[in-house]
Amino acid sequence: MASVPRSFLLLSIIPTILILCADFACCNTGRKTGDGLDTDFSGFSVPFEHSFEVDDVSRFRMRGALQLRGGRETSVSLSQSQLSEEDRNTLKEVAVVDGLYKIRVPRVSLTDRQTERQMDGYLTAFVRACSLVESHLSDVITLHTDVSGYLIGVSIVTIPGACRGTEVEDEVDLEAFNTTLTIIAPTNAPQPETALFIERMDIEHEKRGKPQEQKSFFAKYWMYIVPLVLFLMMSGAQDQSGGGAANGGGR
Amino acid sequence: MGRYLSMKPSAKMSKPTSLFVIFFSLFVMSEAVFEDQVGKFDWRQQYVGKTLFAHFDSHSQSSKMLFLATDKNIFASFNSRTGDLIWRHVDKVGPEGTIDILLLHGQDALMVVGDGRLLRSWDTNMGGLNWEAMLDTGSFQAACFVAIQDTVKHVAVLKKAVISLHYLSNGHQKWVENLPDGDAVQYQAVYSGGEEEVYVLGVVPNSHLTIIAYSLEDGEIIKQRSVEAPWLSSVESSCVVVGQGMLMCVDPATLALYTLPIQAEETPQFNQILLQSLDLEVSPSFQPVLVSSQPHPARSPLSEFFLQLGPDHHVLLQLNADGYTIAPLRDFQPAFLVSFATTGEKTVAAVMTPKNETACAINLFSADSGRRLLDTTVIFPLDLNGGKPHKLYVHAFLKKDDSVGYRVLVQTQDHALTFIQQPGRVVWTREEALADVVTMEMVDLPLTGTQAELEGEFGKKADGLFPMVLKRLSSQVTLLQAWLAHLWKLFYEARKPRSQVKNEVTIETLSRDEFNLQKMMVMVTASGKLFGIDSKSGSILWKHYLENVQPNAVFKLIVQRTTAHFPHPPQCTLLIKDKDTGLASLHVFNPIFGRKSHIALPVLPRPILQSLLLPVIDQDYAKVLLLVDDQYKVTAFPSTKNVLQQLQEMSSSIFFYLIRSDQGNLSGFRLRKDLSTERIWEVVLPTEVQKIVAVNGKRPNEHVHSQGRVMGDRSVLYKYLNPNLLAVVTESTDAHPERAFVGMFLIDGVTGRIIHEAVQRKARGPVHFVHSENWVVYEYWNTKSRRNEFSVLELFEGTELYNSTVFSSLDRPHLPQVLQQTYIFPSPITTMEATLTEKGITSRHLLVGLPSGAILSLPKMFLDPRRPEVVTEHSREENLIPYAPEMPIRTEWFINYNQTVARVKGIYTAPSGLESTCLVVAYGLDIYQTRVYPSKQFDVLKDDYDYVLISSVLFALFFATMISKRLAQVKLLNRAWR
Repeated sequence: MASVPRSFLLLSIIPTILILCADFACCNTGRKTGDGLDTDFSGFSVPFEHSFEVDDVSRFRMRGALQLRGGRETSVSLSQSQLSEEDRNTLKEVAVVDGLYKIRVPRVSLTDRQTERQMDGYLTAFVRACSLVESHLSDVITLHTDVSGYLIGVSIVTIPGACRGTEVEDEVDLEAFNTTLTIIAPTNAPQPETALFIERMDIEHEKRGKPQEQKSFFAKYWMYIVPLVLFLMMSGAQDQSGGGAANGGGR
Repeated sequence: MGRYLSMKPSAKMSKPTSLFVIFFSLFVMSEAVFEDQVGKFDWRQQYVGKTLFAHFDSHSQSSKMLFLATDKNIFASFNSRTGDLIWRHVDKVGPEGTIDILLLHGQDALMVVGDGRLLRSWDTNMGGLNWEAMLDTGSFQAACFVAIQDTVKHVAVLKKAVISLHYLSNGHQKWVENLPDGDAVQYQAVYSGGEEEVYVLGVVPNSHLTIIAYSLEDGEIIKQRSVEAPWLSSVESSCVVVGQGMLMCVDPATLALYTLPIQAEETPQFNQILLQSLDLEVSPSFQPVLVSSQPHPARSPLSEFFLQLGPDHHVLLQLNADGYTIAPLRDFQPAFLVSFATTGEKTVAAVMTPKNETACAINLFSADSGRRLLDTTVIFPLDLNGGKPHKLYVHAFLKKDDSVGYRVLVQTQDHALTFIQQPGRVVWTREEALADVVTMEMVDLPLTGTQAELEGEFGKKADGLFPMVLKRLSSQVTLLQAWLAHLWKLFYEARKPRSQVKNEVTIETLSRDEFNLQKMMVMVTASGKLFGIDSKSGSILWKHYLENVQPNAVFKLIVQRTTAHFPHPPQCTLLIKDKDTGLASLHVFNPIFGRKSHIALPVLPRPILQSLLLPVIDQDYAKVLLLVDDQYKVTAFPSTKNVLQQLQEMSSSIFFYLIRSDQGNLSGFRLRKDLSTERIWEVVLPTEVQKIVAVNGKRPNEHVHSQGRVMGDRSVLYKYLNPNLLAVVTESTDAHPERAFVGMFLIDGVTGRIIHEAVQRKARGPVHFVHSENWVVYEYWNTKSRRNEFSVLELFEGTELYNSTVFSSLDRPHLPQVLQQTYIFPSPITTMEATLTEKGITSRHLLVGLPSGAILSLPKMFLDPRRPEVVTEHSREENLIPYAPEMPIRTEWFINYNQTVARVKGIYTAPSGLESTCLVVAYGLDIYQTRVYPSKQFDVLKDDYDYVLISSVLFALFFATMISKRLAQVKLLNRAWR
């Protein structure tokens, strides 16, 4: 606890904000878009916890606070403090025994704030502690919501993600998290593209409609063309059944 | 390396778009079966299910027909001499199609369907529907024929509050009457003895019995009486009518028989006859059962009847002419089953008694005297791997010398039907348990004995040079012997006409063929009977009935050791789990012979949540099965020291997931060294919004040959091949068509990372999906457009691979690119599966089971999210079919041509030894096995390959070279002389 004041003076808060515009306007979930949005623009914060223990028994401690804002544009930001020296040492020890670094956030709803905001339970995710150490605490945290704005999952990865066993010499590298935070809402799966297809067919139809004169060409020479085509088809059919394997490895 | 393969045919593709499509589809899909190939590689077996009602056609003496109504809502006719299906009517699934009763009279089969919804009459000769009549609402109780002056003209149907009479000829309703006091009285039986009246019997439990007589003519109530009967709770289960309209009831409490004349004028009373007075004793805690027989609806029932006093104790009794006293005719103990049968004027009783461990004897007794008829003993062989006899259906007939002959159909507990003829010959057996296959696996057949011996040589440890040489020589000699024997057999059989040569498959002659096309199909049925079926012929090679399997049990079949580890026998494990309690048991057996193996099974005192097969093998080459119980403790099977040690070493890399769909909870666990577990991730899908309907990983035996796809500009798009990926499908709780949706989540099963999350708006289930390689195909119902749609998701890593040597879920930080496209499918579907081949080089097809019973082989090429809307040079180069919103269904894609599979429930695919060939089994009510060639048979010469031509050309060329060489020599010599 001795080193706390100094780190407080330095950058005590490293807010990394990344906003992902989830297109909530088009995905009307039966809630009118008007109500509740104006009042709720302030956003709210939930605790963001982590756990890393040598014996792999989860003991979650505060890592920071997630500032969530629901509504038309869902946004999220994270304010977190630096790792204490004790924590750094533990993290390094956990990395050596190939332990896990776990994070958790409480289950909340981003939109439905009037009712009980916090449901029971947490969403947890993990990453190997060694990869967190080797990446110098650069992690990418993603929050997933469902269609109605409930948080359903959290994930954490580090970049780079591999554990190569390289020693992290510099203590400073393990002081502050370099976090990239995103929030992802479900994408809308596409519907069958009928309109475009019909349009394309129409264009093709028009194209074909024009060369009416060409028909006269067929009308003139059909007696030559038909036997020729027939002949080709006959020979072609044989040929085709012979070359059965032609499509063999098409993959 | 394989990615270059796909470039091959592309050069010819520079043609106008529309032509291109037509040309392309012709090019790919000329795949239908030729007429002479029908039945060559495929077979179908048709089943009907568990028999509820069975009748023999007694219309004419020589008739061979047998009629069955089953729990699968099927009415079918069999040839009783062969057991072949003559015709079959498959009704709706569920209560709407339930067959309540089947009555047979002459050529008419009367059937009440759907808890009294419909009354149907079938023509039994042709199986055609004579007529169908809608009945009034109300649940069905009973039905009987009503005869007048020796001819049956009507049928009476009793429902909860209504009785109606219908003409037999056209189904028209003669009259319908509401039953009086329908709320208090439970009407349960209807009786007609050939008089002008129809009697309805109702009961107020433990109070009194109500008898109402209706006039046949106009449905007027003639008489209505109630009789005190405080001991009676149900007419249906404890009463029958015997003799001249005498109601006979048995009361298990007072151990007495009660008789009551139904037709009596004055107010009657029940007459009590104590069983003790007849010197009869009921087995403790057994409910006595009465069995009577009414041979003809125009006449009153027989005055002889059976009383069952214990599980294997029956008594034949006779009601005396005075109508009040009962005389015992014969005591049958032990006797499992009894049945009456009538031919002409004679009625006989058939009684099945145990003979020894492996057989039962059936004897005929004269019904009116109880005397045994001579020379009527038939032996029914008890299958040790089958169920106990459950029901007896006897068909009696008069022989030329006026003695009674009979055939008997025995139904056993495992739903099998056995037809036996005098003198004790089993004519046929039908395994009707196969109508409800739950899960199956295909197992490679073992090598032949000689091959195995050769293989075994490598397995053993070396014991000196000389013995090794000797051993090698001896095995070579045995091989030579086998080959000579084979040659001799060929030569011997070549002289016989072809029709006589039969390749009987027996369990002894089973061996793997050259291309591993013949396999053992291990099928698990809902009744708990296991079957081993030869995939080539469809013949059942072994069967094993597991008793004490609960009707709601869930099965999981696991192949722990394949045939590849000679001399260790292959090993399959069946996990049987009770759905309610979650308690599980294991059945370990050899899939080739069906024999139970005597391995020590783990004790499983707690409910099992999850089972997973690890790639870890023990010293006997059996894969390790992990069972996770509700306290997240892990049991390993087999759990030898070696296995436990391996598990400890690997524990940090063994992850598994659990899904609780009722809480929308998905969580991941990691194994600890002491075989306890630790929860490491958790994803929760709120159940208020959506519920998890299905989760599917990839098949572990799937191989992907090419890592990427070559694009038009010759760059490579790498596939995202995550073996731990789970596809989770959800459906919205809100069922409103505008707000309903189907969710598709792709979640990594190790890290719990949500790889992709998509929502299909205005969609509803049932969702069918296939998850394989780097794609997921799913089908759903579009509530807005009211149509079925297919959607395909493909995942790509991009043009660069993150780590090309090995895939680890823990080290793959970048999310894949997800491409998706949706198409309209013009038919609903019932099941879906993807083809599977040995090395994964062959292109994939989707096998889609349609409700019509057809199985569609849909090329995956049509379900490709990269199908371009506008055709470009690049897409043409890549062989992409231009996007069309509607998916075609071509009839030549039906792999089962006219062999429809009724109620397809599942499709199983297995690779064969040939890369081009995939074995397919579709099961439901029927079982259909075939082979498919998604990229055609590129590694097989065709049947009509012209060997003569090619060899003559070769020879001709060879000789031409020889001659020209000679000529050239001569010419050279001549030139030198000049």
